[in-house]
Amino acid sequence: MTTTLPTPLALVAELTHRCPLHCVYCSNPLQLAKRESELPSETWIRVFQEAAQAGVLQVDFTGGEPLARPDIVELVHAARVAGLYVSLITSGLPLDEAKLAELVEAGLDHFQLSFQGATDETAREISNSTSHPQKLRVLQWLKKHRVGVTLNFVIHRQNIQELEEMLALVDEHRPGCVEFASVQYYGWALANREALLPTRRQLEFCVAKLKEAEERLKGKTRVVFVVPDYYAKFPKPCVGGWGRKLMLVSPDGAVLPCHAARVIPGIQFENVKEKSLREIWESSPAFQKFRGEEWMQEPCKSCDRRHQDFGGCRCQAFLLAGDAAATDPVCSLAPTRGKVDLILAAVNQPEQAIPEQKPTYLYRPNPL
Amino acid sequence: MKPELTVTPRLAPGVRLNDKSQLPRTLLMPERALRLNGPSLEIVQLCDGNHTVQQIAEKLHALYSKAEPKRITDDLLGYLALLHDQRAIDF
Repeated sequence: MTTTLPTPLALVAELTHRCPLHCVYCSNPLQLAKRESELPSETWIRVFQEAAQAGVLQVDFTGGEPLARPDIVELVHAARVAGLYVSLITSGLPLDEAKLAELVEAGLDHFQLSFQGATDETAREISNSTSHPQKLRVLQWLKKHRVGVTLNFVIHRQNIQELEEMLALVDEHRPGCVEFASVQYYGWALANREALLPTRRQLEFCVAKLKEAEERLKGKTRVVFVVPDYYAKFPKPCVGGWGRKLMLVSPDGAVLPCHAARVIPGIQFENVKEKSLREIWESSPAFQKFRGEEWMQEPCKSCDRRHQDFGGCRCQAFLLAGDAAATDPVCSLAPTRGKVDLILAAVNQPEQAIPEQKPTYLYRPNPL
Repeated sequence: MKPELTVTPRLAPGVRLNDKSQLPRTLLMPERALRLNGPSLEIVQLCDGNHTVQQIAEKLHALYSKAEPKRITDDLLGYLALLHDQRAIDF
């Protein structure tokens, strides 16, 4: 079978793992990259140029907190000059009005502001830091600029009850887009899953509320809802398929097919310090490992949905089924779906059976 | 939502066309990108805040003189409504 190599469309630039927040569901790996291992500006700038040449359209600046990089304005400018659409995915914390103006001037296209809740109290509990009042200030500053704005609410068992207040913030500020992104369970979130996984009842509340909001906000704010995939019937097409659309460069220059790929044992990730992005995309064993369909097992191998969901998430297959090439266990057709159902059953016991107490979280620390 | 003929659509904040030198021409938006060709590219290029929907329709009538004008205008209104619902344009 001959297959044409896909073109990478999106680059996730994890500029640093340093962050003033310590969110209990952080998507960074458990082994955080040290400050001294971070790529210098000139290497990042070369990476942006190589990405654009390889066909990448968009770059997401993330972290950690990307604003923790002192060269952030220079990097935004360089990525824009290279021809990329530049998004900043940020807590908004190390920002002031002047810095925001500089970022916009440098060519920032899109500002995505993350929220841990709709109240200071919840945000503190989740991020072990004070950040909510600053986010409200950032929302005011953003009104002065013509830049794309997305509010991103990460939702889970501990903050779904604030959904109405979150929607009130949306009504007040009318961003182009609002995302209600359910926590998915890898890394830090997996360690805190017991406290974070919502109940079925919460999920149903959420679906109903957001459907109503979507109708109401049509033509004003685009509403995106990411369901917790443990509750889904079929898996999500994780990163649009392994090695099919997205590349992630971590702070130390290692190139990964997704945020969590390091959890899969036995994969060597190549580094932008040694090879070009295109070379890594086209021929590194890491990107080839689960690209296409050759690696699939049954039931994926003969399933009609394999071109839609690409077998789901490889990291989740490893974490829950112990085999990175297995069907994603959240799939209703997966032989290991029982494991997910057991986890859901524990969360959905009759309410009187769940003692109401403050969860003990494992907070994400800062790297050295 | 379909626009009135008198409004002047323009790209929403955070939405822009990629550079002329980059092919295919693509409308870049937060977390999404839309490949454009033929009429869709011509329409988006006229969503600059300076052309009314009526003026955009007239330009398309001239470009596609063999097609029935009413049909072109209907298609234009439908396409602008789609772009608006996707938050790609404001009017």
